[in-house]
Amino acid sequence: MSVRLVFSAEDLLPVYDLVVIGAGPAGMAAAVEASKAGVRVAVLDENPRPGGQIYREITRNRPDERTYLGADYWKGRELANAFTECNADHAAKATVWSIDPAEAPGNDRHRVGVTAAGIARMIETPAVILATGAQERPMPVPGWTLPGVMTAGAAQIALKSSGLVPSGPIVLAGCGPLLYLLAGQLIDAGASNLTLLDTSQSTFRWNVLRGLPGFVLSPYLAKGLGLLFKTRRSIRVVTGVRSLEVLGRDRAESVRFATARGTETIDAATVLLHQGVIPSINLASAAGCPLIWNEAQRAFEPEADAVGRTPKQGILIAGDGAGIGGAQAAEIAGRIAAVAALADQGRMPRDASAASIERLRQQREKFLRGRSFLDALYAPRQVFLVPADPETIVCRCEEIPAGKLREAIALGPPGPNQLKTFVRCGMGPCQGRLCASTVTEIMATERGLSPGEVGTYRLRSPVKPVRLAELAGLPHAPRALKAVTGRDPVDHHLNETELPS
Amino acid sequence: MLNRLREIEEAVSFTFDGKRMRAQRGDMLASALLAAGVDHVRQSVVSGAPRAPYCLMGVCFECLVTIDGVQNRQACLVEVEEGMTVLSQHGAMDPLARFHEDEGRQP
Repeated sequence: MSVRLVFSAEDLLPVYDLVVIGAGPAGMAAAVEASKAGVRVAVLDENPRPGGQIYREITRNRPDERTYLGADYWKGRELANAFTECNADHAAKATVWSIDPAEAPGNDRHRVGVTAAGIARMIETPAVILATGAQERPMPVPGWTLPGVMTAGAAQIALKSSGLVPSGPIVLAGCGPLLYLLAGQLIDAGASNLTLLDTSQSTFRWNVLRGLPGFVLSPYLAKGLGLLFKTRRSIRVVTGVRSLEVLGRDRAESVRFATARGTETIDAATVLLHQGVIPSINLASAAGCPLIWNEAQRAFEPEADAVGRTPKQGILIAGDGAGIGGAQAAEIAGRIAAVAALADQGRMPRDASAASIERLRQQREKFLRGRSFLDALYAPRQVFLVPADPETIVCRCEEIPAGKLREAIALGPPGPNQLKTFVRCGMGPCQGRLCASTVTEIMATERGLSPGEVGTYRLRSPVKPVRLAELAGLPHAPRALKAVTGRDPVDHHLNETELPS
Repeated sequence: MLNRLREIEEAVSFTFDGKRMRAQRGDMLASALLAAGVDHVRQSVVSGAPRAPYCLMGVCFECLVTIDGVQNRQACLVEVEEGMTVLSQHGAMDPLARFHEDEGRQP
């Protein structure tokens, strides 16, 4: 048995028992688990090969050639192999731009809008697992739109997928485990002239200490300590960084930063920013799944129960898209969601599914242990969530600076959705992905509310660009054609001569 | 910009604003452009400031380019293919561009 690769949306079946969106750890695991039950599964993913961001190009990379990627990366091999051997349909290079949830009584099928190879289709399914993963939390600092500035995740993706390292001098700035992981990988890959500016809060906080006993038992403890020692031994690490600015005319040339000891400017050809990851919520939100504020992780996440069911019947979420837990927790969450989705459809006996979900949840516990410690330890500083300088761009697409947002907020719009109509923040091509969290934080600060009370953008389909020609080329039902043209489809013999002049 | 740890083994060639470039088969276009020494791929639609790929994972929409005549494609989600014609994008799209062209042709 092996996965069927689908490159055009035309080659997808019109109906599946389960549609999985995303081929990262959660998505691959969900597909493997569900296909064991012999159901028709489609996995839709944007990239040419499976793995998601964490296991990017895992099916093509060879450990002897890219040792610098580290042991945790190669853990993805086993799952990717199982995925390529399962009997799902894998639509690669496919973009999902909408989910119409089944709302009408008597209809339990969701419609998933997908484009692959320039052809769009609406495929139907009673169950969708969203395995859309995470994105990096935006870090709006002066100069972050300059060429030469990328996210730390971007540098890691370039390293994993093509063996590319950024031009030096390289400055890594921000906080979170990924920053140190990337520093370690770049050092091992032979990158030179590297500086790490750690913006984590250096003051003692009780909530950090509370999470410590859990972290002592975490499998990530040894790895984290190892990385910290290695980084500090090999490169310059500056802690307690409390302000940061990228300088340059048409590209990044230097970084100016401040600590309690003073201000310093260092040369930089590449600046890699990172302050943690947050769930990718666009598709879930546009499908109508309610969002909740996670204070510990300082991000919105879709409301879901312990197995990933959202309040929308038949729409489940697995992995980092439901709240950050890391790749190994995501893999198990994918299996859990698959079992739950099949059990809900009556395709798996209740008691067997309950037992297997229980067993998987216990396995996942191990990887979630200590997460609260990491969340608290690497909580971003307020100054990097809410830019103080009025000139700092918040919405990159529409170039809306923080000062303009504050002025508009003072005019009294009730929430981010109304703010949007005042200044166009979040209305560019990224659809708020790179400004939503900052806009919420600024509004919360200005109003003295919690971000959960402020809320975030209401997102709508299409969540990714879709061409009019693709929409026009969708197969239409006869009654839909009649509703638009007023004629029976059998009378439609549209050809050149019949076109209205 | 990005540097290759290993030389290109299986090359595919494409053009960017008319300039011939090489990439390794399997490279995503945004990474390939940065590895070929391209500094920025477009100018912002608001101020015209230069912009370059930022997230490389389909989130930020900074790497929008025109590929084989199709505008606003995310270069980080497209695999480089032999003979691809890639153009940078400058400022906002002019929806009346064709109209102006036609107007210019009037005697």
